[in-house]
Amino acid sequence: MTDTQIFSGAFAEPVFDAQAVFRTVMDCMARPGTIGTISAVAKPPQPLGAAAGAVALTLCDHDTPVWLTPQLAKSKLPGWLAFHTGATVTAEKQVARFAFVEKGGVVPGFDMFSQGTQEYPDRSTTLVIEVDGFDGGEPLALTGPGIRDEARIAPAGLPEAFVSLAQANRALFPRGIDLILVSGDEVVCLPRTTVIRNGEA
Amino acid sequence: MYVAVKGGEAAISNAHRLLADRRRGDRTLPAIGIEQIVAQLGLAVDRVMAEASLYDRALAALAIRQARGDMIEAIFILRAYRTTLPRFGYSVPVETAEMQVERRVSATYKDLPGGQLLGPTFDYTHRLLDPSLLRDEAVEEGLQRDGEIEPVMRVADILSSEGLVEDDGQLPEGHVPGDLTREPLEFPMERDLRLQALARGDEGFLLALGYSTQRGYARTHPFVGEVRIGEVEVELDMPELGFAVSLGRIQVTECQMIAQFKGSAKNPPQFTRGYGLVFGQSERKAMAMSLVDRALRAEEFGEDIVAPAQDEEFVISHADNVQATGFVEHLKLPHYVDFQAELDLVRRMRREYEERNREEPGEDTLEAAQ
Amino acid sequence: MAAVRNQPSPDQEAAARKRAMGLLAKATRVELAGAWEALATRPAVTPVRGPETGLVMVRGRIGGGGAPFNLGEVTATRASVRLDCGVVGHGQALGTDGEKARLAAVFDALLQTSEHAAAVERLLDEVAARLKADDARKARETAATRVDFFTMVRGDD
Repeated sequence: MTDTQIFSGAFAEPVFDAQAVFRTVMDCMARPGTIGTISAVAKPPQPLGAAAGAVALTLCDHDTPVWLTPQLAKSKLPGWLAFHTGATVTAEKQVARFAFVEKGGVVPGFDMFSQGTQEYPDRSTTLVIEVDGFDGGEPLALTGPGIRDEARIAPAGLPEAFVSLAQANRALFPRGIDLILVSGDEVVCLPRTTVIRNGEA
Repeated sequence: MYVAVKGGEAAISNAHRLLADRRRGDRTLPAIGIEQIVAQLGLAVDRVMAEASLYDRALAALAIRQARGDMIEAIFILRAYRTTLPRFGYSVPVETAEMQVERRVSATYKDLPGGQLLGPTFDYTHRLLDPSLLRDEAVEEGLQRDGEIEPVMRVADILSSEGLVEDDGQLPEGHVPGDLTREPLEFPMERDLRLQALARGDEGFLLALGYSTQRGYARTHPFVGEVRIGEVEVELDMPELGFAVSLGRIQVTECQMIAQFKGSAKNPPQFTRGYGLVFGQSERKAMAMSLVDRALRAEEFGEDIVAPAQDEEFVISHADNVQATGFVEHLKLPHYVDFQAELDLVRRMRREYEERNREEPGEDTLEAAQ
Repeated sequence: MAAVRNQPSPDQEAAARKRAMGLLAKATRVELAGAWEALATRPAVTPVRGPETGLVMVRGRIGGGGAPFNLGEVTATRASVRLDCGVVGHGQALGTDGEKARLAAVFDALLQTSEHAAAVERLLDEVAARLKADDARKARETAATRVDFFTMVRGDD
């Protein structure tokens, strides 16, 4: 067992780095559409990116089954997650607390994941999706809690049906999934409370 | 309604300082050490571990010292501490059949493989205060007996070979053991979750319920098939290695309580069992737990539910002493506004009562007579 | 036997390592620190994970042998280290002693090196012997409390 890809690439300072990433993700959840920068360095096995790896190290643990795209599932990522976070990989989207999609990976329909229940809406899946960047894509107009008037982002590399998926998800409130978009060391959060519309008009 | 009020800060701070002073007590006496508590008040430590649901003798001893010996306070402190730690995983189920036995007695068989091993028991002591313990007299070590050590066979296996006792409790294939530290309780629940709740339940509460079943409130005519105390191996699966590895050994107490069952259309008459398993050396708790486990299986056996010990929601909802003390003790916290409202209500009702009595004297008596 | 030992199967290797890690978990910190000091050469060690303390939920079985249930948690501390030759070792033990878990991980790694395997085996043998002696003494003490029943002559004639 000298598999360096599995044993290396976690935070240098596990406690402080995880706290810093948690703070960034929490602030971004509170201010949907705001681009946050993840300062802590994580090097997960390819093809998962640095920011997604940092989010995984921060949020995943023994009690959060993780769903991975086929591409990620056959990488070294399952072993890396198990060793550093204790999280196990599940093939069942409904039981996953987190799901990761690498850049260019196929994003499954949001309704295939756990939406939580009326009594426990927190028991839903959080999707972490890697995009090409936060400009140059279809412009999105965001409104809702945490946004003063309207926020605008233009993430590149989201599926074509993204706006309708997001609107269907919003309609389920208080149930529904939450989204964390990552690119390089940047992160944008789109909780289920955010109303997402096509921003071209 | 709850309203925030300020002004107690200095009083609280001084109260905590006074608590520390009283906890230390007479400074001319040496402070009690954690190792001393572990070594000399071991059964208190075991009780705190069992009811805090956290096995760690040093931390439990620290909690006892911090709580000035208040057991429920110590349990509360240890419970709070456990929430700060990450969960590494679930152990491989411990094998009590392979226990390194320190005590094993059976009330159902006199001569059984492994024998009656009394171990370090209070049984057969005269319960007379021992003045020699007022002084630090030298204490002899335990005697040792040489010769072949017989394996200590499980009593359940002796009976089950004849089919006279039910098998160990099974749950459907693929059932994931419930974990009340992860999911809120829902009723009715499976036996696995009940046993978890009972294992951390208050010893006094379970003792009283177990006693009530003996006194006729859900009588099952129980026998102690076996009580055994000893150490078992705790193994954890290591995903990075692909096999389970031992973390060390812990001490547990196990009780197999054998009870009657008259049989049903589907099943012939046979003995049923209640099960108790508790951290540390805690025979009373394990026995009480096994009585209550059996009583709570009333529905499974089609028995009439007539007694408190058979009422799952009642027993499980009230077994946890941390929850219980939290709700009972919160009553001493400020309820000034709440009470003011009640006071106004009572004053108004009194006024109305007096007015009514002035206007229509004697009406109350008339109404009562009707 | 020697030939088998030179070419252990993966199963045998896993069983040997499982035994070794179990003994290292039961070693005292003093035993581990003493063995480390006694090594002729001590490689450089870098941490991979931990030492970190957490909880393991201990499971029992209904009735002793039936379906598993969650009994309660136990504190455990684990560590993973890498030797300068690249070998990774894992250590784990009940309790909250980080240094003990780290040393256990070091010896788990050393066991996988040809240079130090013999020294680790010596440590394991010492620990195993101590445990065996402790268990035997406790078993003899318990045996002394065994009831030897005998039947009184009944006086009804």
